[in-house]
Amino acid sequence: MDVPAPVTDPAAIALVEGIVRGDRRALARALTHVEADSTVGRQVLAALYSRTGRAQTIGITGSAGTGKSTLAGALAREERRRGRSVGIIAVDPSSPFSHGAILGDRIRMQDLTADGGVFMRSMASRGNLGGLSESAGGAIDVLDAAGFDVVLVETVGAGQDEVEVANAAGTTVLVTTPAAGDEIQSMKAGLMEVAQIMVVNKSDLAGADSAVAQLRSLLAIAEHGAWEPPILKVTARAGEGVADLVDAIDRHQHHIRASEHAPEERRMLAERQVVALARAALHREALIAANANGALAALVDDVARRTRDPRSAAEALLRAIRSAWASGTRGPEERGPRP
Amino acid sequence: MTVEERPIRILIAKPGLDGHDRGAKVVARALRDAGMEVIYTGIRQTPRMIAEAALQEDVQVIGLSILSGAHLELFPRVLEELSARGVDDVLLFAGGIIPEVDVPAVKEMGFAAVFGPGTDTKDIIDFVKQHAPRRA
Repeated sequence: MDVPAPVTDPAAIALVEGIVRGDRRALARALTHVEADSTVGRQVLAALYSRTGRAQTIGITGSAGTGKSTLAGALAREERRRGRSVGIIAVDPSSPFSHGAILGDRIRMQDLTADGGVFMRSMASRGNLGGLSESAGGAIDVLDAAGFDVVLVETVGAGQDEVEVANAAGTTVLVTTPAAGDEIQSMKAGLMEVAQIMVVNKSDLAGADSAVAQLRSLLAIAEHGAWEPPILKVTARAGEGVADLVDAIDRHQHHIRASEHAPEERRMLAERQVVALARAALHREALIAANANGALAALVDDVARRTRDPRSAAEALLRAIRSAWASGTRGPEERGPRP
Repeated sequence: MTVEERPIRILIAKPGLDGHDRGAKVVARALRDAGMEVIYTGIRQTPRMIAEAALQEDVQVIGLSILSGAHLELFPRVLEELSARGVDDVLLFAGGIIPEVDVPAVKEMGFAAVFGPGTDTKDIIDFVKQHAPRRA
């Protein structure tokens, strides 16, 4: 398919019209559909995409306990002070056992709940096959199209999925704390390189300057383009350093929009998004095909019994997937709503 | 994940001035362990905050917990705020300390169930699973 299918579903059309009108309930329901990756959700995204690209999109990531929710709340308050409307997506992990989740980020943003210029949505990671980056990326687009000046996405930066979510944002803020000394040392290069701004939160605690110094020395050996990531000391709870952080975000947003590198950076972001979505879809489709005729289970048994090595099993699995696709059972092009 | 297996989204909220939320947290955890996505907003929520959270999160179910005795004053105000926002397709239930004599009035307002102290969390889970309206 070369062009997106036209939007035909009456429910999708009604939601899109509602969002454009500023109906917050339509916005909330559309996010539900996008998160579920339903047919309605896909049509809403297709219809709204041409309206996206106006918002400043900001990813906030970092380990658990670094104060991301508190920082997101403080950022939102500062953006409101500057007269900007704010959409917030807060992602928390689902339990790998029950698939349930407790989503408690609103607790740190209670005062923002009744502010008509703020819309906040909690999302559980749902831990399924790259679905997180898909649905959170879609949610960013919906809030952007709904006209919010700023869209914040907060994720726990533990895995690839979370990094991809952060990647879907124009500016990614990596949050750490003075207590995370050893962690900074062992921080993966990849995580450093997705961030355009580093924040040492809880900077009222001892060790903030040494955390900044460690980050600086790590950054010195990391690769970055024309933008050199600033390192900022913030105490989100007291609101200290938050105005400077917003200034830095504004500078980066200006950089990605106005610099001579803007078209190329926009292209890189677009490429990352398309590749991430395609990879998630491929992964899902491949697993469906792999499970379709029991090929995966049989190969796993062989490897577990050590009658076959994992590499040749993986090759055999790929052959099974290709032949399942070749025989025309649900190829990547013709999939319906996510099963 | 099939449509039916999509997690139920539920808001657990505490209106009014209760000082602790042990019961609400026990219920929230039990619902999480039953596979639901529980939005928990903490203590001292105004009716307006609860209704806004329900709207923004597009929950299917709202559970209100109250200990202070102000349920006959606060519950109707939560319902007013919900209906002012057009949130009319959620399942409502109540918990906490609600005297037996007030239960009919609470149900009359639109709460499908009232779970008092000593309720087995399994009963709440079963109730929610059975009655939660479907979404996407």
